[in-house]
Amino acid sequence: MSKWEDNKAWFLVLPVFLVVAFSAIIPLMTVVNYSVQDILGPGDRVFVGDEWYRDVLTDFRLHEALWRQIVYSFCVLAIEVPLGIGVALTLPKKGWGVSACLVLLALPLLIPWNVVGTIWVVFSRPDIGLTGVTLNNLFGIPYNFTANPVHSWLTVLIMDVWHWTPLVILLCYAGLRAIPEAYYQAAKIDGASRFAVFRYIQLPKMRGVLLIAVLLRFMDSFMIYTEPFVLTGGGPGNSTTFLSQYLTKMAVGQFDLGPAAAFSLVYFLIILLFSYIFYTVISSFDKGEA
Amino acid sequence: MTLEWMAWTPITASFFIFIGLVLMGMTVWQIVSPTVESKGFLPMPTTRGDRLFIGLLGSCYILLAWIGLTELSLWIALALCFLFLGLTLRFG
Amino acid sequence: MRINLRQAALLAYLFFLLLPIYWLVNMSFKETDEILGVFSLLPEHFTWANYKMIFTDPSWYTGYINSIKYVAMNTVISLSVALPAAYGFSRFSFMGDKHMFFWLLTNRMSPPAVFLLPFFQFYQTVGLFDTHIAVALAHCLFNVPLAVWILEGFMSGVPREIDETAFIDGYSFPRFFFTIFIPLIRAGIGVTAFFCFMFSWVELLLARTLTTVNAKPIAAVMTRTISAAGMDWGGLAAAGVLTMVPGVIVIWFVRNYMAKGFALGRV
Repeated sequence: MSKWEDNKAWFLVLPVFLVVAFSAIIPLMTVVNYSVQDILGPGDRVFVGDEWYRDVLTDFRLHEALWRQIVYSFCVLAIEVPLGIGVALTLPKKGWGVSACLVLLALPLLIPWNVVGTIWVVFSRPDIGLTGVTLNNLFGIPYNFTANPVHSWLTVLIMDVWHWTPLVILLCYAGLRAIPEAYYQAAKIDGASRFAVFRYIQLPKMRGVLLIAVLLRFMDSFMIYTEPFVLTGGGPGNSTTFLSQYLTKMAVGQFDLGPAAAFSLVYFLIILLFSYIFYTVISSFDKGEA
Repeated sequence: MTLEWMAWTPITASFFIFIGLVLMGMTVWQIVSPTVESKGFLPMPTTRGDRLFIGLLGSCYILLAWIGLTELSLWIALALCFLFLGLTLRFG
Repeated sequence: MRINLRQAALLAYLFFLLLPIYWLVNMSFKETDEILGVFSLLPEHFTWANYKMIFTDPSWYTGYINSIKYVAMNTVISLSVALPAAYGFSRFSFMGDKHMFFWLLTNRMSPPAVFLLPFFQFYQTVGLFDTHIAVALAHCLFNVPLAVWILEGFMSGVPREIDETAFIDGYSFPRFFFTIFIPLIRAGIGVTAFFCFMFSWVELLLARTLTTVNAKPIAAVMTRTISAAGMDWGGLAAAGVLTMVPGVIVIWFVRNYMAKGFALGRV
């Protein structure tokens, strides 16, 4: 690596370390402390050992939420990544259209998450929403996302696609722009088909940004909270209750500090494992490239 | 401001002191003899710090699996964790 | 102009993208009776009443002011601590740098819900609960790592020879950093500020939990309306439209660098 070896660089990193330590390490320590105790009130707590962990790990509602979460994240990736690549390929390469498209595409990313939920509530409600009314009256499909679990699932999923595919598109587009024009010309001379260009030039060049896209989308969909909270409130029943919602309900709604803390830690460990695997794969991939 | 809101207990406190000591020890070790990336039974080449992290993370999962799947004493699991940590650090 | 299949696909996607937004804007210009009673693609009785309501009712417009306050604080804090750190990561190799970087990223990846509980307790203990700075600091949890990540990518794009030449010419580090280096990565700083702004602006969970009255963000004001029984759909829609405005303004300034921002960072 062409970097200066100097441990004094720690002084440059120190402010970040302090700020993030303040907002990450101290809270995390507190969560660990809470997770082994029954907090009855201020100054009144009992050590319970691994009881909360045992509760959390054997709680079947939680297993359900976890499975729901995994299936959901998988669906999100399976739809958004191919769609994102596809749309990125159709974007114009130059001219005024580029700026216009980019601004339009980025629009959903800038909407506060609860407003995203609100937009989809007013958009899909069977009494006042555009899709709700259209589906019910014009096509005669009894669509109602507040009562039918399948419909509510589909709505949450489509909302996520609407909300986050632009991120994948922007990333892929940036990756595509980095391909030198000479590559395309060479392919043209060789008479390569459109698919061959995609398979052997564009896809390999996009691998780096695609990994970032997959990583970000996986993590963010794994901790999704606000949008389904506003749209469906986790219902009907528990059909769209994901892990974060479950946790928030426990922590703030019922104020079960101990079990919520134990759950937080398990949740955190799952995320930590996935990020570490992704991170290792990506950085070893970077090394192979260089 | 008091630390009461953090609800410290002897066990968690000693856990964090242990982690802190390990990190300090690793730093000193690093100064005395810098680590070399090497390939062990793990799928990628790792430095000492990487192996420590994998060892600790793996230990957490061992403990969770133990709590979730068995009713046996946690001390056995703890011993397993140390064994795992040692193995990863030495051969990982 | 002949429209080929590719453009048609793009247009179809943009249509899908804009449809829900169109419906929200449409609704914000309607009266509540019309929203509930008539199904119309354009407002029949066009009205500004919903917007007027928001700008005259303090409980609504203070929400905007609160949000903008903590978002601005957060952007300033994130940038000022992330700039030197990103320089450190891009120029030096030091003990534990890779682990440090990974640790920072894990904070971007960890669910805010995990930190909810201790934040709540902590800010109440130190008396920062329901202040703007509390939300700004809490949002640093995911914005600082992101800022370091993006800035590091931009800084690595600046050749190291520039630093070396400047130091040979007798520049001190602070003078070099502020007069030469920062102007060089202007675009990067702009993009980073944009992303910090965006993620702080759209976050609800922490902002809502850490505030009750004085620093209540607009997003939380809106959820209150949602849970109320007799719903003011028009007002809700107007408030939603207004929350998009700052984003649109900011995006216009960084539109040319936006796509770059994410792609540059090493993971």
